[in-house]
Amino acid sequence: MSAGSHRVRAGGRIDRNEPRVFSLDGRRLTGYRGDTLASALLAAGVSVVGRSFKYHRPRGFVTAGVDEPNGLFTLGEGGRAEPNAQGTVVQLTDGLRAASQNAWPSVRFDWGAVNSWIAPVLQAGFYYKTFMGPTRRAWMFYERFIRRAAGLGAARHDPDPDRYDTHYLFTDVLVIGAGPAGLSAALAAGRSGARVLLIEQDGLLGGTLLSDPVTGQTEPWRARLEAELQSLPEVRILRHTTALGVYDGNTAILLTRRDHCAPDPGNGEALQILTSVRAKAVIHSTGATERPLVFPDNDRPGVMMASAVRTYLNRYAVACGRHAVVLTNNDSAYAAAFDLAPQIDRVTVVDVRRALHPALTAKAASLGVEVHAATAVTGVLGRTRVRGVTLTPIDGARSRSAPCDLLCVSGGWSPMVHLSSHGGIRPRYQADSAAFVPGGYAPGHFGAGALTGRFSLGEAVQTGWRAGLRAAAECGFERVSADPPAEPEGVAPWDTANHRIEPVWALGGARAGKAFVDFQNDVTVRDLAIAHQEGYESVEHLKRFTTLGMGTDQGKTSNINALAIMAGLRGIELPEAGTTTFRPPFVPARLGALAGRHVGQHFRPVRRSPLHAWHLGHGAQMIEAGPWLRPWYYRWAGETVERAYLEEMRRVREAVGLSDVSTLGKIDVQGPDAAEFLDRLYVNGFARLPVGKARYGVMLNDAGTILDDGTTTRLAETRYFMTTTTAGAAEVMSWLEFLVQTAWPELRVHVSSVTDEWAGIAVAGPKARAVLERALPGWDVSNEALPHMGCLEIEWDRMPVRLIRLSFSGELAYELYVPADYGTAFWEHLLSSGEPFGIRPYGLEALASLRIEKGHVAGAEVDPRLTLNDLGLGRMARPEKPFIGRELAARPLLDSPERPSLVGLECLEPGQRLRGGAILFAASDELKGHGRGYVTSVTWSPTLGKFIALGFYAGGLRHVGEEIVCAFPLYGERVRARITSPVFLDPKGERLHA
Amino acid sequence: MLRIHCPLCGERPYTEFRYGGDAGKHRPVHGAGGIEAWHDHLFLFENAKGPHREFWQHVQGCRQWLIAVRDTATNIVADVALARDARGLEPQGPGER
Repeated sequence: MSAGSHRVRAGGRIDRNEPRVFSLDGRRLTGYRGDTLASALLAAGVSVVGRSFKYHRPRGFVTAGVDEPNGLFTLGEGGRAEPNAQGTVVQLTDGLRAASQNAWPSVRFDWGAVNSWIAPVLQAGFYYKTFMGPTRRAWMFYERFIRRAAGLGAARHDPDPDRYDTHYLFTDVLVIGAGPAGLSAALAAGRSGARVLLIEQDGLLGGTLLSDPVTGQTEPWRARLEAELQSLPEVRILRHTTALGVYDGNTAILLTRRDHCAPDPGNGEALQILTSVRAKAVIHSTGATERPLVFPDNDRPGVMMASAVRTYLNRYAVACGRHAVVLTNNDSAYAAAFDLAPQIDRVTVVDVRRALHPALTAKAASLGVEVHAATAVTGVLGRTRVRGVTLTPIDGARSRSAPCDLLCVSGGWSPMVHLSSHGGIRPRYQADSAAFVPGGYAPGHFGAGALTGRFSLGEAVQTGWRAGLRAAAECGFERVSADPPAEPEGVAPWDTANHRIEPVWALGGARAGKAFVDFQNDVTVRDLAIAHQEGYESVEHLKRFTTLGMGTDQGKTSNINALAIMAGLRGIELPEAGTTTFRPPFVPARLGALAGRHVGQHFRPVRRSPLHAWHLGHGAQMIEAGPWLRPWYYRWAGETVERAYLEEMRRVREAVGLSDVSTLGKIDVQGPDAAEFLDRLYVNGFARLPVGKARYGVMLNDAGTILDDGTTTRLAETRYFMTTTTAGAAEVMSWLEFLVQTAWPELRVHVSSVTDEWAGIAVAGPKARAVLERALPGWDVSNEALPHMGCLEIEWDRMPVRLIRLSFSGELAYELYVPADYGTAFWEHLLSSGEPFGIRPYGLEALASLRIEKGHVAGAEVDPRLTLNDLGLGRMARPEKPFIGRELAARPLLDSPERPSLVGLECLEPGQRLRGGAILFAASDELKGHGRGYVTSVTWSPTLGKFIALGFYAGGLRHVGEEIVCAFPLYGERVRARITSPVFLDPKGERLHA
Repeated sequence: MLRIHCPLCGERPYTEFRYGGDAGKHRPVHGAGGIEAWHDHLFLFENAKGPHREFWQHVQGCRQWLIAVRDTATNIVADVALARDARGLEPQGPGER
């Protein structure tokens, strides 16, 4: 068949004056504005559009909507490539580039089809058993081959250049779905004056009405409602918008696709918009999707849903074949047969039911449509295209084959219960329409139309209208217009609420050929039988064992058939089998859309110290430390961090340096009971700390393990200035507030975060005092006036300065806190005052290395899995004083002397290095398993001229002097090291007391 | 849920809050509870279906710790009060000076 030959000459909702040029696998094709990718391909006579997941069977389009299991494509290229896009919902745009998936070298000739020959191996449970069973090792070997052979589109690795937005909307009534029920509901609510948000995943309003002939009798009704809705000021309509999920608090998440607008990310235009909408009432008018019938080779290209064939014909002016067989168990498929009959060569209806509505048979006769009642299709001829079908009378008479190039199938309709089930309300089975319908609705939610299992047009209009009025009333809007919209004219006499369905779940039994239940994941009737045989009977087990419904379509076409077939195998009723759980998202969503603008630097807020601008202007290389950006090293000391931090350390050890410690958490603790509060909080005592003194403290959590550490200074009898670690600041603040507000409300104490109020500057080195004497003339900072752990509150240039003498580096050192706005001025003042002494700024790398040499715990050592004893700080706690965590810290196993505890390590192999995360073994140990400990912090020590580390080792300091092995299996490294005290430098503290 | 009515700030998105655990139990008195009492307090939970008293802190608002009564089956929050005002919280013993 030549390209384009399937397009019907007139009709449809396509614009023949506006061609759209696109390509499939590099082949140039043309469609029209109004086409989907699927309709344009069908019009061009492309019947094979993909290969199936496991068996690589040729596949064509089955549906015309979001339930499509087969017609998946990768759209676009590079960072823009979107895998697994359903051709049935992709709007055709000029220049669209589509590529077929899961086939090599092409969909028509695919090497992977050899999988069909080894099919018995790939049957249900193959993955499950290979993963779980004794064949696991074999899986390791086969995995790479199987992953290539079975699969869908590939995820991309490049960054996504497109832009996505997030919106927030509020409305009175949210109407999900703009079919006849949704239009009617939106009108009822809209006329009442309520704010209405009507969303529709299609670009056009009307739902199933769009599949009626555009010149037919329902179109004027559809157009009239659309026009009136657009005229109502409080009604807002979002097209191309799908509800991904409905959540608590009447919140829905919507996804709007804007591909058809060709948005330009460079111009800030979003490709997709994610909207969080809060509504007072929600109307579910999501409609129903047509179910396939299950029979051997029912997956051949050219086997399509009857309603889809009708949609392609009436909406897109595409005849999917010239000679159609329509297989059905209900009345709805006759609409397709009757619309096809005048347009194509021949139409035959095969109906499994015995008794047919006389109006149907009369109409069929008038159109020349042959009808075979009590007959089933039990086989399909043709491989890449339907060439005929096997017809078998239900009463067991002989089968015969009949030629055709299109098989339209209808197994009944499945309401789209996904969204109404997201809140945890399970669907219930409604036998007379052979359908699962919502088992109820959340407060303020209403259902309408085909979702309720009532499929006629009249019912849709009526239930929609009633739902709209009730939803408006829920929001306080009484109706102003009593007249429901007149129903569309020309409703067929057989358009009944349940289509007079007689459910059948599998035709043809277990005959030769594969009868597919789930097209996308290649699950057959035989797979279900195996699952049953192996005991995976419950719906949730069945799903995981066979992978049924686990594809990108989430089993929209397959679930009900599978459940019914399994119920049959188990000899139970369908309602007893139940359904699997419906979870968001209703359709696949791009991660980019979920992230919105929270990408790159906007992923989370960045915190900057008040000295940030100075650092940038003075050669600092910045590094992320939690949410903070901190100077890593300064270029005055070297161009690379490896050189610079050593130079910076040398400056601190030999002269003086200063660094920005503004990121430390700072908490102002005030009140008559402040001392008592801190005594309870810290393992060590603070009540007897004299005014003007600082003390290092450690806090535990209730479980008795490490929470945080820091220095707290007593500024006055009733006031303390607490510092916390940079990383723990937020957590500690929240914890203090918890204690003050809930646990100890009787304590008269207030806590306030003052982290952002104060800039913090550390001045460290043997010449630190000399710098301060020069910088703060008139203040006595001598060793007598300001000894180690002393504090002075002084002024510089009428500005308050908190000067605390404490040391992280082991050198004579001070921390100075000034109001944040003056931070830069004071920093520059210190620099100029220190110039004669050679003062220079130092960064985080030097800061961390200096403290490792001194054996101060920080970062990786302040670990909530560890105890005070693990850190060698057990003696800080005074057991007679109650403190948080005291009781559970005494758990016997936490007290074991064999727990890994803090040690120092020095590298014994010149030319080798120690690594953070290395596993520690005794020299005699086999290098296997988790070892006796691990390394937490490593640095090259310029002072000692070797690599040193802090780490945790079973038995801790009892092993000082022993030679051990640091293993780093990832790099195949093993390095000899000696266990030492964690304090590598100045163990007596002479430097810091100088 | 998805919104919590803060007694001070009004109805706010739950993302402004942090969850703080079960508020239905009494924290052992500071310094008085033994290892068993603390073990039970910290590690044993009812995991009830239905109304559940729980702590929430309005971290991005007034910083107050709240006690909310949330139905774990429906996520409907029936009641929210400041933790320091909430009934049923016993005082945690006098300051031990």
